[in-house]
Amino acid sequence: MLNAEEKQLIEQAVRHYEHPRAACLEALKIVQERRGWVSDDDVRDVADALAMSPAEVDSLATFYSLIFRRPVGRHVILVCDSVSCWIMGYERIVQHISERLGVGLGETTPDGEFTLLPVVCLGACDRAPAMMIDGDLHGDLTEEVIDQLLVTYRGKKME
Amino acid sequence: MPVIYIDDQPYEVAAHHNLLHACLGLGFDIPYFCWHPALGSVGACRQCAVKVFRDEHDRRGQIVMSCMTPVRDGLRLTIDDPDVRRFRATIIEWLMVNHPHDCPVCDEGGHCHLQDMTVMTGHNYRRHRFAKRTHRNQDLGPHIHHEMNRCIQCYRCVRFYHDYAGGKDLNVFGAHHHVYFGRHESGALESEFAGNLVEVCPTGVFTDKPARRYYARKWDLQSAPSVCGQCGVGCNVLFNERYGKLVRVDNRYHYEINGYFLCDRGRFGHDFVNGEERIRRPLARESRGASLRETSADDALSRATQAVAGRRVIGIGSPRASLEANFALRELVGADSFYLGLSDAEFKSANLSLALLRELPTASLHEIETADAALVLGEDLLTTAPRMALALRQLARRQPTAESIVACPVPEWNDQAVRELVQQQKGSLFSATPGPTKLDEDAAAVYYGELDEIAGLGLAVAAAVDQPSAETDSLATQIATALRNAKRAVIVSGGNEAVMQAAAAVVRALRRAGRDAALCLTQPEGDTLGLAMLGGRALSEVVRDGAECVIVLENDLFARLPEADATAFLERTKTLIVLDHSITRTTARADVVLPAATIAESTGTFVNYEGRAQRCFSAFAPQPDVRESWRWLDALRSSLFWPTFDDVCRAMAQAVPAFAKAPDAAPSAAFRQIGNKIPRQSPRFSGRTAITAQLNVSEPKPPDDPDSPLAFSMEGSREQPPPALIARYWAPGWNSVQALNKFQQEIGGPLRGGDPGVRLIEPEAKP
Ligand code: SF4
Ligand code: SF4
Ligand code: FES
Ligand code: FES
Repeated sequence: MLNAEEKQLIEQAVRHYEHPRAACLEALKIVQERRGWVSDDDVRDVADALAMSPAEVDSLATFYSLIFRRPVGRHVILVCDSVSCWIMGYERIVQHISERLGVGLGETTPDGEFTLLPVVCLGACDRAPAMMIDGDLHGDLTEEVIDQLLVTYRGKKME
Repeated sequence: MPVIYIDDQPYEVAAHHNLLHACLGLGFDIPYFCWHPALGSVGACRQCAVKVFRDEHDRRGQIVMSCMTPVRDGLRLTIDDPDVRRFRATIIEWLMVNHPHDCPVCDEGGHCHLQDMTVMTGHNYRRHRFAKRTHRNQDLGPHIHHEMNRCIQCYRCVRFYHDYAGGKDLNVFGAHHHVYFGRHESGALESEFAGNLVEVCPTGVFTDKPARRYYARKWDLQSAPSVCGQCGVGCNVLFNERYGKLVRVDNRYHYEINGYFLCDRGRFGHDFVNGEERIRRPLARESRGASLRETSADDALSRATQAVAGRRVIGIGSPRASLEANFALRELVGADSFYLGLSDAEFKSANLSLALLRELPTASLHEIETADAALVLGEDLLTTAPRMALALRQLARRQPTAESIVACPVPEWNDQAVRELVQQQKGSLFSATPGPTKLDEDAAAVYYGELDEIAGLGLAVAAAVDQPSAETDSLATQIATALRNAKRAVIVSGGNEAVMQAAAAVVRALRRAGRDAALCLTQPEGDTLGLAMLGGRALSEVVRDGAECVIVLENDLFARLPEADATAFLERTKTLIVLDHSITRTTARADVVLPAATIAESTGTFVNYEGRAQRCFSAFAPQPDVRESWRWLDALRSSLFWPTFDDVCRAMAQAVPAFAKAPDAAPSAAFRQIGNKIPRQSPRFSGRTAITAQLNVSEPKPPDDPDSPLAFSMEGSREQPPPALIARYWAPGWNSVQALNKFQQEIGGPLRGGDPGVRLIEPEAKP
């Protein structure tokens, strides 16, 4: 069930458009920001709120790789695999994170701390290789920087 | 008409087509997947590449998607150039990378567009040596089998199911190489038109689930053209048989009626042909109270003949039996003793329909689809005439398109662009029904009320058409304005007399105002209107009068009469003779039961809601003791009058002026193509000599068919038959249903030789 706040935010988003369904992506983001991911039930609730069918909502939700349709860890690491970062050795970066966390791309650590995902260009080519953790951009990555970051985020709890 | 040059040869083509449509129409083979004549172009599959040239000096050219390229005068192209050929071969190789290559176990095999296109492009060697992505399939309910691994991402399924038919529970999920076509979760598909996925999907992702029980390839099926008897729309179907079982029902293209699509009742509703309830042997009982026992045809006939001789016999006809069967019964018992076999309400509605159709013009489904405004009065069309609802949905989608593309010219076939333009706009479709219906979401305005209120709204609309006023706040005025503004309007109704009269009043008002308006009245069964045209008495009279001997034709009186009336009437009847194909409560009370052939095993004529007479042909010969009803009824007479179908049909045309043109619905049995009959089986039909080897090693002689120009055989004419006799769609290189392209005058247009059937009703008011 959507809570009162989510409902209200979705209604607000709907008001910006001619047709409620146009606010679908907005609504999914509202849900994900609060719950970390979008469950099957959430899909149904969003569909109800926008007079859409669950299939229509899910079609959109599954199209966008940053709408998570499965639970993710407390921190989501998005490693850029686009061209500049690739030139600057993103494979090394992924491999290092994988070794440290013991998970591959698309996986979540058993303790539920981190999910590791690839992402396309973060717009930080000048600081490649780059990655994003929970919305914070980190560039000029090296093994040391990564180790430091992982320690910092492990300590952070989601507010 | 613009002229295009294909390999420097000039061809005239229609200006409003895309290049793929035009080239296919000229008879060229270009492989394609995502384009569909009824769904338009989206350029998703990249298979239809051709090379176009700037002018006659340009030798390099440029590869384009033919389905996304408008025809224009002087356009030069080549289909057969090494670059495009290589391009197309590469595309199909990519599409096939993850395809499981499981044709031998795939139900689509043998009539698969993907197989045809793969062969056409010449991709015949698989280089991909890696793991394939695989999907989990869903249980989509009793009708559609799902096998997602075979998908080539053409998007046709969603475009038909969601966009064209308005189904909400099937969609596409994921992106790039992870796209998945299915439901949000496993479960039965909700759309009334889901079955069309079987034909729309060019691969074996969506296949006919009931047909899987009888596993048979297309080339092994024996088929015949027929008509769906499940409602009064009269969609054209192909019945396909193997081993004495009806295997599957396919769409049979009719430009004016069903086009490319059927409803699920038509496609999956003919299971009774193979049903447990079928009556396969004549039954008789010694006396009242004794139980019904199987007997020989001779015995059953002699009992029936004795019962009939010298007594007042009454006959009760049926709206699900052919015209000929009803006529044969009327001849046997006399016009005075012939009752229509309709409930009171059905009787009144059928007779009123007939009177109104004789007065006012009606519209085919194609004419509904292309009209500019429609009003539905009182009918939940998804229950009473599903395919008509789909046509009205197209009206609602098409009309805003027509307006938008005037303002922003994009070709109408450019589906994605058109949908961007139209967004959520709705056309002038109005609906007034007793409760919510699935058509409501397509309607510009909806009204719910009791039937008399709906009739009242209709009359108010008629009045507002007569006297247009400035005030537009009432629904009636809003509807009247839209109808008056339409170049062509259709009013749809049915069932209730008062509502039908109101609908007719709207049509009359529009015609008085000089507008082109038509009245469409739904009919509950395949031959309801034909029965009314034949004419007869109301069933309620028989209950009052009673009779010694009663013959019931393909009808269950308990479905037509109040329970107490039916029981009392049958108790008073001394001898009850029933002809039917399956057990009903009426056959259970009969003294003699004669097993009737189903629509899939008979030749007959049916009249649809427009008054169009259409011929159905038997797909397979019934079992020895099962006969067409008109044959049984003829046998009950002192001597045989009608040895063949043409005899009974011609006799009917002579005796009943309304049916004078009925024989023209299809060529007679004497028709030959270069001296040959038209085969019901394909030239590749296998197992002919072995098919009954468990009974007898000698190959039996195929059954004769004195009733039609079709033969129960693989031998016969190889020419393209006249449209009423098309038993399958096949052309060299085209094994799938899309071989249909080769049977049409223009792709998506009428069949070569004109669409079959004849309209029997000429309205006084000319359209
Ligand atoms: S399921 Fe069939 S119709 Fe749908 S995209 Fe795949 S191949 Fe095309
Ligand atoms: S609309 Fe009526 S005639 Fe057409 S397929 Fe459906 S049930 Fe049959
Ligand atoms: S390529 Fe990695 S940030 Fe642009
Ligand atoms: S048919 Fe032209 S791109 Fe698919």
